[in-house]
Amino acid sequence: MSAGPTPSQTVGPFFSLGLTQRADNDLGGDAAGAVWIRGRVLDGQGDPVPDAMVEAWAAGRWGRSGTTQDGGYSLRVPAPAALDGQAPHVPLLVFARGLLKPVLTRAYFPEHAQANAADPVLAALEDAQQAGLTAIPDGDGLRFDIRLQGPDQTAFFAR
Amino acid sequence: MRDAIRRAPDGTDGIDPPYDSPAYRSTALRAPKQPLVILPERFADVASPVYGHGAIAETDFDLTRQHDGEPLGERIVVTGRVVGSDGRPVPNTLIEIWQANAAGRYRHADDQHPAPLDPNFTGAGRCLTDAEGTYRFVSIKPGAYPWRNHDNAWRPAHIHLSIFGRLLSERLVTQMYFPGDPLFDADPIFQSVGDPAARQRMISSFDWDTTTPEWALGYRFDIVLGGRHATPEDPD
Repeated sequence: MSAGPTPSQTVGPFFSLGLTQRADNDLGGDAAGAVWIRGRVLDGQGDPVPDAMVEAWAAGRWGRSGTTQDGGYSLRVPAPAALDGQAPHVPLLVFARGLLKPVLTRAYFPEHAQANAADPVLAALEDAQQAGLTAIPDGDGLRFDIRLQGPDQTAFFAR
Repeated sequence: MRDAIRRAPDGTDGIDPPYDSPAYRSTALRAPKQPLVILPERFADVASPVYGHGAIAETDFDLTRQHDGEPLGERIVVTGRVVGSDGRPVPNTLIEIWQANAAGRYRHADDQHPAPLDPNFTGAGRCLTDAEGTYRFVSIKPGAYPWRNHDNAWRPAHIHLSIFGRLLSERLVTQMYFPGDPLFDADPIFQSVGDPAARQRMISSFDWDTTTPEWALGYRFDIVLGGRHATPEDPD
């Protein structure tokens, strides 16, 4: 085989067989301030994406959640700390049938309004995308919807 | 000082397929259309997890030994090395695989292909790479199967692989194909990778060294992680 990176391919519709059989969605563990982030993955028509997987990458911890028929996912994450002059946030990687490679976004925390206002990544985004990256208080946790496409598309980052 | 945020047009790295790949119809409503935001390089990458989320069982690498009987099909050994973009091995990283059975059917409620399920085959496995980045699975060769993407659409036989790597930027999910498959030219997922040389890197090679007499055919599939957005070395 020739040298060079191996290309990405879609996880397809049957990835739950290999990736989400175990309960891996609580990466909060016994961390103080761990919080549930729940949300939906939605397509360009606003319809739920029932065959997606959302991975959370917090420092030293990791978790993933397959989506349900209504596109819902849930991840319990530790409260992240500010880093490198950035506001606290959790990177989220989304895989799905129809995504030939994952999309990377970030969930920011509403209680850190001051840090969010000073965050260099948020500050450079348009207002709508900026707002879309801040989770919303909801019940005992936070809500963070991921819109793959459309005028209110979530901001996605290059890896 | 505030970094300027740059945006990248999609699908220009010459490696990964673009999100927007019309021949693969499921991309139509799921491909993001806005350019990707490039994070400033000074923001550190995120380290991959250490595997606290469930130990790897001794037999997890062998998909032919997960039931009372043996699955039907052509027994295969799939092995290879996982390296970073610098060519150095990636040790102790989790690889998870899933695949159809020999008849081209997945053990999944949504798979309606009228081919038989195999009571002795689940089609999922996992293992860690060793100190040299080497991994090894035992399985059966998956069958090709039809899908509804277009008229008379068939996926070439493939095994799905998920690899963590050391950093978020190395995380990879791909598909391993088998050499000489006549379905390559008509498969929009395989063809979504624009560079012919990059497409070849998704095809395993038949391997006499791994082929075991009287027992199994060997296929080699080496994996190179990262390297999509190489960061120039800091002159300081």
